[in-house]
Amino acid sequence: MDAIFLQTLNGLDKGGAYALIALGLTLVFGTLGVVNFAHGALFMLGAFCAVTFQKILTLSKKVKDESITFFDAYKEIPYLEIWFGDTGAAIIDWAVPLSILMAIPVMLLIGLIMERGLIQYFYKRTHAEQILVTFGLAIVIQEIIKSFFGANPIPTPAPDVIAGSANIGSWIGLSDSLVYPYWRMIYLLFALAVIGAVFAFLQFTTFGMVVRAGMADRETVALLGINVERRFTIVFGIAAIVAGLAGVMYTPILPPDYHIGMDFLVLSFVVVVVGGMGSLPGAVAAGFLLGILQSFASMNEVKSIFPGIDQIIIYLVAVVILLVRPRGLLGRKGVMED
Amino acid sequence: MNFFKLSPRDALLMVVFAAVVLLAPIWMKPFGAAYPDLLQKFAIFGLFAIGFNILFGLTGYLSFGHAAFLGIGSYTTVWTFKLLSMNPIPAVIFGTLVAGLFAVLIGFVSLRRTGIYFSILTLAFAQMCYNLAYSVLTPITNGETGLRVLRDDPMLLDKALGVVQEGSPIGSFFGINMRGYPAFYFCAVILIIGFFISLRIFRSPFGLKLRAIKSNQNRMRYTGFNTRPYLLWAFVISGMYAGMAGSMLAVTDPLAGAERMQWTASGEVVLMTILGGVGTLIGPMLGAVLIKYFENIFSAFNESALHDMFSFLPSWLETVMVTVVHPFVGEGWHLTLGSLFMVIVIFLPGGLVEGATRLFKRRKSDGVTNKNSGSEN
Amino acid sequence: MSKKVSQPNGWTRRSVLKTGLGTAAMAGAPMFFVRNAHAFTNDPSSGSTVTLGFNVPQTGAYADEGADELRAYQLAVKHLNGEGDGGMMNTMQPSSLKGNGILGKKVEYVTGDTQTKSDAARASAKRMIEKDGAIMITGGSSSGVAVAVQSLCQEAGVIFMAGLTHSNDTTGKDRRKYGFRHFFNTEMSGAALGPVLESSFGNDRTAYHLTADYTWGWSQEGSIKKYTEALGWKTNAAVRTPLGAGDFSQYITPVLNSGADVLVLNHYGKDMVNSLTQAVQFGLRDKQVNGKDFQIVVPLFSRLMAQGAGENIKGIYGSTNWNWSLTDEGSQAFVKSFGAEYGFPPSQAAHTCYVQTLLYANAIEAAGTFNPCGVIEVLEGFKFDGMGNGATEYRAEDHQCFKDVLVVQGNESPSSQFDLLKIVEVTPRAKVEYSPTMEGYAGDLGECVA
Repeated sequence: MDAIFLQTLNGLDKGGAYALIALGLTLVFGTLGVVNFAHGALFMLGAFCAVTFQKILTLSKKVKDESITFFDAYKEIPYLEIWFGDTGAAIIDWAVPLSILMAIPVMLLIGLIMERGLIQYFYKRTHAEQILVTFGLAIVIQEIIKSFFGANPIPTPAPDVIAGSANIGSWIGLSDSLVYPYWRMIYLLFALAVIGAVFAFLQFTTFGMVVRAGMADRETVALLGINVERRFTIVFGIAAIVAGLAGVMYTPILPPDYHIGMDFLVLSFVVVVVGGMGSLPGAVAAGFLLGILQSFASMNEVKSIFPGIDQIIIYLVAVVILLVRPRGLLGRKGVMED
Repeated sequence: MNFFKLSPRDALLMVVFAAVVLLAPIWMKPFGAAYPDLLQKFAIFGLFAIGFNILFGLTGYLSFGHAAFLGIGSYTTVWTFKLLSMNPIPAVIFGTLVAGLFAVLIGFVSLRRTGIYFSILTLAFAQMCYNLAYSVLTPITNGETGLRVLRDDPMLLDKALGVVQEGSPIGSFFGINMRGYPAFYFCAVILIIGFFISLRIFRSPFGLKLRAIKSNQNRMRYTGFNTRPYLLWAFVISGMYAGMAGSMLAVTDPLAGAERMQWTASGEVVLMTILGGVGTLIGPMLGAVLIKYFENIFSAFNESALHDMFSFLPSWLETVMVTVVHPFVGEGWHLTLGSLFMVIVIFLPGGLVEGATRLFKRRKSDGVTNKNSGSEN
Repeated sequence: MSKKVSQPNGWTRRSVLKTGLGTAAMAGAPMFFVRNAHAFTNDPSSGSTVTLGFNVPQTGAYADEGADELRAYQLAVKHLNGEGDGGMMNTMQPSSLKGNGILGKKVEYVTGDTQTKSDAARASAKRMIEKDGAIMITGGSSSGVAVAVQSLCQEAGVIFMAGLTHSNDTTGKDRRKYGFRHFFNTEMSGAALGPVLESSFGNDRTAYHLTADYTWGWSQEGSIKKYTEALGWKTNAAVRTPLGAGDFSQYITPVLNSGADVLVLNHYGKDMVNSLTQAVQFGLRDKQVNGKDFQIVVPLFSRLMAQGAGENIKGIYGSTNWNWSLTDEGSQAFVKSFGAEYGFPPSQAAHTCYVQTLLYANAIEAAGTFNPCGVIEVLEGFKFDGMGNGATEYRAEDHQCFKDVLVVQGNESPSSQFDLLKIVEVTPRAKVEYSPTMEGYAGDLGECVA
């Protein structure tokens, strides 16, 4: 019982991450019709917003370490701590959540530059060319990040008070050994909040209405004299923000390195397709579904019956769904089927 | 000029292609690429890309899982070595056939869908193959270490015929060891045959039907034409090309590793094809050569090599040049590759071949004509 | 297709082809891999330089480790050529090195990118052998790559001095005559960790293994199980995790209620950083099970990678081949030399690579020939000291170095950003020795042909 409860939580948590990444990807698919292989790179850039913010906060005064004589070693004391004492230390401690403030404008800017500078020229090109150019872009972005931050993962811990785990068992009257990390619960809530915000934005604003209309029939909307293109640029910016925020908040769970986006890329495409191309609710549903299935497939009981099932479950589900329900879970008929 | 029923222009193309491939050890010298291993890789991945192009270039179906067939070809070949004989002929035949068999299964299922759904299906199958080969199937694949031929393997056919090898086992084509230049020529001959078959397919009614499917499958269907068998054939043929390429990888180097099947490997052949020119005869080959060249030559420049290279310059300029070039070579070769992808697709949509065609056309309009350089796409 | 056939001088197509083929066959004449009684691959005797091939991961997850290895190699080349302060050349005993290159020939090197993939690593090694004329290949950051390149070198008749590779197989069932490993292995990790785990955690423990699902992971899981079970520990479960899983939460939660009180993470690199970070996040280290504090063990530590786990590494036990904080003469000389050159201390990967290069050069000097068979003869059973690990021996039977093994713990109060690991015990060599024909370990070296 406990195990199932915990695995469900794990699945939801994973699903939250998958859904966030797939959401941005679907937005770009659905509106711009662009297969964006650089979407993983946006996730990675978000994560490195957190790293950069942390680095800025911990800009340090270097004090020579006399105990080491072989080479010049320095102890680093962050200026923030020197200037503001404990307050400074507390700010540094909260670097990851605070970096959201930096990530939103930065990711929006990156998204806009990417769309205006490159993607807009590829709306009319074939998917193959879109793949090549965005894949090239992803590699270039990765290499730039690598040259600044190296290839090793960089620790980006959650704030101290919520670094540990909560004894949720005692909250809901189950066994005491039922614990779950605070940060993962925050991540899940955060993911739900962002997903909710994106949906609300598309559902309840005029802007969102136009975008949805544009997703359904771009030509007609354009014929009505609406500048669809400008709106789609902003949509790309929003997708970049969503991917970036997913990255920022994921850093305490997975210390980021320059390759983290590529690791998520294939998976996010599978999620999008399982959900149904161009369907936002589908992307979210598929994200959570695959997250939960992956968690359950990893249980020892399951693995002992099907060895190696945890290695292939995602792909197996994708195959089955695409065969049984060709347009994905919640996809509309005829969208991106050719 | 009835050269295997080719038109004169195609016959010429064939001859030029064969000459360029066979003479590679000479004309590749100035580029620093004239050593057997890289030449073998050029031929093998060229074949892989040419086969991939039969599916992607002609039908427009973008498979993201072709590396699975490459891996299956390699594993089958090594197993043939282990069980039967070190002769590459049965090994290549089995490797190609087994890859073809898998292609039938995967193709039959995947081709029920089109577009990106098809891509994801093939990707899913390939990733399943990779993940299982790396872990659970280790008894068959030897996992991370890779499947190798050992001296105490049965090799029944060799034993029966009394063929004995000294040292570590290596593919042996009736006494010629499959190493170095002999191995390259073995690959080159297969590549040329593969290119010939691809050329014939491009020119055949079958190829025409595949192109028709690409341009409008629905119209084909409405005319009462069942496209599925043709697609499946194209898929299986290109899967067999991949299997054959995988076989040759194992022939020239009897080791099969699972990472050959990873999605990045599938992606690589996609990139090769697009880079060179989708749907062109020669493009995929060019793309394969270019990417393998970068992987092997650009990654090898280190700082001291750069200093040597620019040593003819005045020392301040040398330092400047080394500083400028350094991020793009050695550990930064990925950066060059990524930039190259972007530059080519932005400025030369349609890949290298289209670039060359354009260049040729411009020259033609300048009044420079050359009968022999046909634009082939 | 834009290639042109120009046919000057009235050559026919056929004659061009024929001549070309002939020339090509001639160009192929300096055949590699073809050995006769007196020649060996890439014999540098006729030239004034000798070329070594450094094959390290420059892209991918281990790029930083590869970069550090490369730094060590470049330093070693400097020292061999008599530049710099000489580093461990001054402390190595016995040493035939003269600081004027190898056998008087200037040492040059070529580099390549293994990408941590067997195929790429072999392609890169082949380039060094076939094109650049490298007489020795060294490097690597993974056992799969090391085994693959080692067997290639055997076929090519070139010596392979393994870099960082920890799996038993490298000198176990996949051992090769031309391959030598200075780095330790999972068997030694297990033997060294056992007593320390016993004294710290007692005999009544239940372990839960999370194991990277490939050969190295299995090798380590086996070794740790063997030595902890000998202490009286029980093994609750050993769960295989996919390589590069990223999020390990679904594997960690079952640990919570399993009744186990020790978690052994048989992960390396990024997997280790992620699984450790997440295990700590799940509160495993604050837990009490069976009336004992829950513990985590990471059998193979890499300081470079451990940086990624940050605070989480504090107090965690593991083993390592070498650490820069060692105070013996050799280690100090090396750290000083490396630190002066690059401004930070070397990693264990850098150390093993540096030592391997020096050992190889020394063996040539001692043998008086570049011929690999002569070099192998010297290296087999070679005993040396002053290289940072105390008295060390290259065992002739399997080409594995036997030396003291360091058991380390994540430092609770590091004095600098490099001071991550604290040495808790130096397990003497005698404790980690085992038979070369041990079950599951025995292999066939093959022959030296030249």
